[in-house]
Amino acid sequence: MPLWLDLLVRVVAVVAAFLVLPLLVGQAEHKVMAHMQGRLGPMYAGAFHGWAQLVADGVKFVQKEDITPRDADRRVFQLAPVVALFPYLIVLLAIPLGPGGLVAQPLDVGLFFVLAVLGIGVVAVLMSAWASANKYSLLGGLRGAAQLLGYELPLVLAAASVAMAAGTLSLPGIVEAWSPWWLLWQAPAALVFFVSGLAEIRRPPFDMPIADSELVFGYMTEYTGLRFAFFLLAEYVGIIVIAALTTVLFLGGWHGPAAEHLGWLWTLLKVFAVSFVIIWLRVSYPRLREDQLQRLCWLVLVPVALAQLVLTAAVKVAL
Amino acid sequence: MSEHGERSAPGKGLVNGLAVTLKTMTRRSTTQQYPDVQPELPPRSRGVIALLEENCTVCMLCARECPDWCIYIDSHKEEVVVPGAARARQRNVLDRFDIDFSLCMYCGICIEVCPFDALHWSPEFEYSELDVLDLLHDKDRLGAWMPTVPPPPAHDVLGEPSKEEATAARKAAGPGAPTAARTARARPETPEPGK
Repeated sequence: MPLWLDLLVRVVAVVAAFLVLPLLVGQAEHKVMAHMQGRLGPMYAGAFHGWAQLVADGVKFVQKEDITPRDADRRVFQLAPVVALFPYLIVLLAIPLGPGGLVAQPLDVGLFFVLAVLGIGVVAVLMSAWASANKYSLLGGLRGAAQLLGYELPLVLAAASVAMAAGTLSLPGIVEAWSPWWLLWQAPAALVFFVSGLAEIRRPPFDMPIADSELVFGYMTEYTGLRFAFFLLAEYVGIIVIAALTTVLFLGGWHGPAAEHLGWLWTLLKVFAVSFVIIWLRVSYPRLREDQLQRLCWLVLVPVALAQLVLTAAVKVAL
Repeated sequence: MSEHGERSAPGKGLVNGLAVTLKTMTRRSTTQQYPDVQPELPPRSRGVIALLEENCTVCMLCARECPDWCIYIDSHKEEVVVPGAARARQRNVLDRFDIDFSLCMYCGICIEVCPFDALHWSPEFEYSELDVLDLLHDKDRLGAWMPTVPPPPAHDVLGEPSKEEATAARKAAGPGAPTAARTARARPETPEPGK
């Protein structure tokens, strides 16, 4: 296969995953949330149990007027949704799907790269918040900045623990080195990573930057039409990314029966299972208060992550 | 973390919350797919008022008792010549019987007061209109609801017997027997005679 074709296939595959997986997760969220609340959810779009609801939503968003407030910082305001969406697309490049190099772009510093790119999200939040020229947006954005900067630390520490255990920063390398007893050994790190990942993508119960009952819609208040749809899409891709990273780092990625052939299936199954848990948590828990959020981060997650690092180092040295 | 001093195991509330939502997901949802599936309405549902024109004697009780005066009745008298009678009899003929459902508050008083069972509840409820004036149902339209009136539900076995039944039982028992009202007031726990 010539280089350009190889490149093309990889890029098309990643873009397809980028467009299809969020829709699946979004539809699952509609349905799971509805049934958890004793409802049916969308039933009409697409004639069979509303399967085309998100397509219909997309068409609706495209038709809507794209409004930029008069006092807004136009350029920054219009760029923010793209900045919110783009890092997740980049992250998907580095996530291994199956054994034998089934990854769009194998990187030796994959973990480092992924965490660095995820950190760009805070820039998008601040951009949209400041450029909107709206007090609710600004409050939401500042909350978002405090939250994202705070939770970055336990996220990185938890990921560092598993990188230490595997002895590599490459994501396929980590999955390769994984063995089932890590589920126990790295359990605290997995929990810390998952919780701070939830906070990173600002999903309920960590949606204080959006907090529709207090801040209208936080930093997204002034957005309409396609740009708002970008923010929504970023949220669903965020679910996929956090679920995929949790899967790859802590749940053994493609490991499972017949991993040689069905590795990709195992990865996808685990990603969807973790996505289900993310949706489940959203339905079950109320939003944390701002001070509770910071307490949880600094007084629980960071110490647990540090203790996990010590444990990982001790086991690593002992073995 | 309850405010009442006792502390349950940490995280118990979180697990309970997850269990509740998961359990709800496995149950059937209560949503009714209304336009596709018609609802099963209980007997005595107050949908629309039906008129059985033959029973109406134009006594005007319903129109007078109606709290918001939404029943309009017009009539004229007609002479009925009965052969062999000394004088011709007079009979009320109903010209107009309208109920304005834009005013009606579905209290059911007209149906309660009608001494001849000319008015009935029908469970039909899909008669919304684009123009509020079309909510005035005339006597033909009210009569057209009549086939939708369900048969009355069976009498509650634990309830008091109907007045007609009690009277019939008393008459059958002969003069001097206790009336239903007297029995109910004096000895509410004893069963009615003849039941």
